Amino acid sequence: MSMGVGPYLVLSAVIFVLGLYNVMTRRNAVGVLMGIELILNAAAINLVAFAHYGVNPLAGQVFTLFVIVLAATEAAVALAIVVTIYKRFHNIDVEEATILRG
Amino acid sequence: MLPVPSMDVVVFTLVALFMVGAACVVTFSRSLIYSAFALLAMLFGSAVIFGMLSADFVAVTQLLVYVGGILILILFAVMLTADIDRMNITNRSVHYKAAAPLALGLLLFMWAILPGASWRVVAEPVSQSVVAPIGNALLQEYLLPFEVISVLLLAALIGAVVLVRREVR
Repeated sequence: MSMGVGPYLVLSAVIFVLGLYNVMTRRNAVGVLMGIELILNAAAINLVAFAHYGVNPLAGQVFTLFVIVLAATEAAVALAIVVTIYKRFHNIDVEEATILRG
Repeated sequence: MLPVPSMDVVVFTLVALFMVGAACVVTFSRSLIYSAFALLAMLFGSAVIFGMLSADFVAVTQLLVYVGGILILILFAVMLTADIDRMNITNRSVHYKAAAPLALGLLLFMWAILPGASWRVVAEPVSQSVVAPIGNALLQEYLLPFEVISVLLLAALIGAVVLVRREVR
């Protein structure tokens, strides 16, 4: 007898909420990025769990691979932006980089 | 006499507690270095969960891409940018009075709707290696998204290089 999909969904929900709280409260842009990684990982756990217990086991895993690749591209571009912001403002406080505000 | 929990329940419980603890450190630690290493622990736990769900290829990819790539990038960014010893300046948290009720409400909402949902699952999921089927699926059924995402990866890498390069006159 296996566990079913429920415990995985609970775990993923808790990690998602922690990542969301992280994104909303961090001032450091790298910290915000870590929160986004938590959120993406929660989504990936959901995809793999549904793939395992669902009808088509391959689709979920393939899209989890796509999610991982998207997380990699997002991290590369976001960290490049962070380094550029640091070179310009000498900090990476997301509350202070506001010169694009109209 | 208590019923003996089966092996996967024990393993899942341990790994899940480990992951939630690591995610709490990522979220609530004031030191970004601690957060980065806790993120490493969380991603390891996530790979174990993938392995339990018979997604061995995804688990190995998770280890290679996240631990080998993204986490090194994040650590470099942490050490290159912030003055990590001045954490009360660079790493103070904001908006927690608004964020905490919102996050807690979302968690309670999901907690409330999860038991009511009925998932249509197959009778007994099979656990077998999926490396060869994933390779076939990527090059047959999912060929177009595979190619599109490779172009996206190239574009993102070029964009990252352009963003951080030094201006040469």
